[in-house]
Formats: sequence, C-alpha cells, structure tokens
Amino acid sequence: MGNNLDALTVIFTEFYYWVTIVFMFLIHVGFCMYEVGVSRRRNHLHTLMKNTMLIPLVTVTFYLFGWWLYFGIQKFPFGPIDWALGSTATPWSPLMATHLSGADPSLGVTADQAALWHRLNGVFWGAFLLFSMTAASIVSGAVIERIQSGAFWIIAIMLGSFTWMIDAAWGWSSGGWMVEKLGYHDAYASGVIHAIAGGTALGVLLVLGPRLAKFKADGTPRDIVPHNVWLVTIGLFLIYTGFWGFYAACNVPIISPAGIAGQITGDTWTATNIYLGPTTLSAITFNFLMSLSGGLMTAYVVSKGDPFWTYSGGLAGVIGASAGNDLYHPIQAMFVGAVTVWIIYKLHYWVERRFKLDDAVGAVAVHGYAGFIGLVIAGFLLWGQPSSPYAGFATISPWGNFIGAVIMFGVLGFLPGYVMSLILNAMGLLRIPRKVELEGLDFEGEETYRAALDEVRAAELAMVKA
Amino acid sequence: MSTNGMTSWAVDLKDVGAIYPFQGHEVLMVILCVIFWLGWHWLQMRNEAREIRSEMDADARGDKAREAIDRY
Repeated sequence: MGNNLDALTVIFTEFYYWVTIVFMFLIHVGFCMYEVGVSRRRNHLHTLMKNTMLIPLVTVTFYLFGWWLYFGIQKFPFGPIDWALGSTATPWSPLMATHLSGADPSLGVTADQAALWHRLNGVFWGAFLLFSMTAASIVSGAVIERIQSGAFWIIAIMLGSFTWMIDAAWGWSSGGWMVEKLGYHDAYASGVIHAIAGGTALGVLLVLGPRLAKFKADGTPRDIVPHNVWLVTIGLFLIYTGFWGFYAACNVPIISPAGIAGQITGDTWTATNIYLGPTTLSAITFNFLMSLSGGLMTAYVVSKGDPFWTYSGGLAGVIGASAGNDLYHPIQAMFVGAVTVWIIYKLHYWVERRFKLDDAVGAVAVHGYAGFIGLVIAGFLLWGQPSSPYAGFATISPWGNFIGAVIMFGVLGFLPGYVMSLILNAMGLLRIPRKVELEGLDFEGEETYRAALDEVRAAELAMVKA
Repeated sequence: MSTNGMTSWAVDLKDVGAIYPFQGHEVLMVILCVIFWLGWHWLQMRNEAREIRSEMDADARGDKAREAIDRY
C-alpha cells in the first residue's frame, strides 16, 4: 500500500466484499428452506443434504481451479491463456493465503501483485464462490426427489467451479473477450449466473425425467404441492435478502480513474460495475426494488394470486432486469421485470405441457428464461452505450447480448448439463430406483428414527414399572 | 447512436449527469408507470370479483363450509 488513502481504500474494499459474502450466504439458507418446503416429507432430509453438501464441494474445487479459470482464460480461445494474470489465483500462490503485502520474489509474487491482492484475494474469491454456490443451488431445486446426490454433486461442481467460471471470465470481467468483441453487458448476472444455471437445469431435467406421479397417462401435469408453504415463503424472502448482497458484490465499491487505467479522465472516484464502467449503489437500490415490484405485481395478476408464482415472479423480475440494472431508469427496470415475468410464466406452462418437463421449483423459467430474456432486452435498451472504459471494446448491442444469451443458456448451460447427465445416466448414477422414489429417500432413516424412539420409550416405560 | 448519449467513458465524471436510456422521456415514463399501477388495481379487482363469484357458486349446501369451520 502506497499511502494511507490507498490503505483505507483497500481495507474498505476488503470489508465491503466481506459483508456481501455474509449477506449472500442467506441465499443458500433460503434455497435450502425453499427446497425442503417444496419437497414431500419422505424426501426432505436428503433434499437438505443434497443442497448443503454442495457448499464444501464447490468451495474446495473453486479453491483448486475455479478461481484460476477466471483470470487465466479471459481472452481464450481468441487469445492466449494468461498465466501471469492467473498466477495470483493458483492454489499454491502465497496470495491465496494470509499475506501482508510484501513482495515474495522467490515465490513468484511481485510487489504490484502483492499490493493489490494481499487483502482482496480472499474476499473476491469468497464473493465469486458465493455466486458459484448460488448457481449450483438453482439446479438443485429443479431436480429434487429423484436425482442421486452423488450425480447432483458432480453437476454442481461442473457448474459452480467450471462452466460458470468460464462464462465469468469471458463475459463478466473487465477484459473478457465477450465484452471486448461483442459488447456483452450483464452487470448483475442475468446471464452469467441465472441463464447458465437455468440452461444447465434444463439439460439435466431432459435426461432425468419427471417425478413418477407428475404426469397422468394422457400427459396432463399434476400439481405436486409443497409440504410446507411457510418454509417456502421464508426461503424466498431470504433469497431476496441475500440478493441485496449479491448486487453489492457485483460492484467495485470505490476506485480512482487511475485505478481503472482506462480512459476516464479527471479526479472523480466512483463505484463501478464489474466491467469498471461507472455506476452507483444508489442506482442499483432504485432498480432492484422497482424490478422486484414489477415482477411481483405482474406475477400476482398473471398467476391469479398464486403465492408460489408471486414470490418467484419477484425474483424473476429482478433477474430479468439485472443485466442492465446499473444503467436503467427505475421505471424502465420495473417494466423490464414485469414483461420478463409475464413471458416466463406463460413459457413455463407451455414447456411443461409440450415437453413433459418436471421442474419442481420453476428454476428453468425463473432463472433460465428470465436471464435470457433480460439479456436480450438489455441489448436493445442499452444499444450503443459503451460496454467498457477501455478503448477498442465493442459497444452494447442487441446482437451482442443475444449471442451472449445463447452462449450462457445454451453453450455453457444446457449442453454441459445435458451431456454430463447422459454420461451419468449411462453409468447408472443419475436417477434413484423406482422403489426408492416411491418409498421416499428418507425411508431408511425414518425407520431407524422410529425404531430408536420406540426402544427408548420401551426402556423408560420399563423403568417406571420397576 | 447511444440510448443514453454516452459513446465512451473517456470523460471526466464530474461533467456527467444522468446515464439512463431515453433521457428527456421522464414524464412519459411516469405516465406509463401510473397506468401500470392503476391498471394493476383494475386487473386485480376484476380477478378477485371472479374468484368471489366462484366461491359463492360453490358448495351451495354449505357442507364444505361446515367442514372448513371444523378444521380451524
């Protein structure tokens, strides 16, 4: 750190991201509550463990290779792998541990790298990691009550530590090739988190198939109702709450024009989006709440007051507007949220009927379709605006964001999910046997639980008689 | 062409004001927002009236209503 102002800026930034990580953990708490609430009683402990154990698995793999991918392949395959930029994110780098900013020439750490990353590497890593957990958790809800946990955890690692890091490197960094060549703009991750996760869920669901009683013989879907609507409600409110942290984590909280090293002139410091283009926390506060409101209002009316869809619609409203919520007017954010929700609601039921798709929590629609639609709308509304402060980058355009949406949902989302599921299915690892699905994933545990209760009760009764 | 007038960030930020798209159309956006808000009330009330009519037509003998009262 050069002087006290530099030190204050770095330590403020460190603390800022740390707070966002704590907030974002609420997203995972919310997803767990939501999934358990939606699942039937005979499955809820397995459902809980399935989602909980992705936390350590994605964390360890994200430490081993996920974080390096973000820095190493921003230009790849249209440019070389950047070993120098990625060197501070390898698991053997001293900057991936406790470090107090001195250079370590013998360990390959320069003074500049140490000055920037010694306090920021862990909190940046943590913030991106929480995004990874969110992405994997989105898929988790769609596949409940019939997927093998082992198969899900492989898919979770694939998405959380691999495919989403590819899309973040390409389309959610200040130097990614999608930003540079396509002008791709996705400030709060409509595509890079939600479209890819929804696309992955769709790929998995097509191979996995519906729950046993989901469709009648004539193909009409049955409504498998949540076992605890209050848990679902609190879960979704917690996801909303964690989403605030997610939004804040998408910003760089304070940076000088010199720190951006682009073309911004003057002395005015600013907050920026991930592309280092200027925005404010105030702007995203306006737009988060207005897009949430547009989504809630539309979902309530279009679903005739259905609570599940109303809450999910609020989420989808925010997701739809997220690509451009750094730059939209609040009323524009509200309408983007409203339009997105109307489309995804209709699309969800059309796909369910047409393709017999059993998405237990509507994740493909709420995250996948909403993310895709949000990217396309942002391409039109932000048409011609600079995607980056750096010279030579393409401007934002409808075609740039549409191609980006196809890459996020289709190429990095659907395809890996579908292919990985085919492989797991061929190995007999994807779906639980029919008998286990009917008796419930918690059957053996429940039997053991009852036997233990009976044994203790009998022992205590015997003591009373004595 | 740029929907917010910015074609580059090669500027001094102290000289930049609003950066949202379609500046100059704020009043139109507010009018559309008011229409959306009031339209929502109209749609919601229409849906609720239908729902109440449907509830009124159902269970003419009151058997299910008695069951519901017993449950709670």
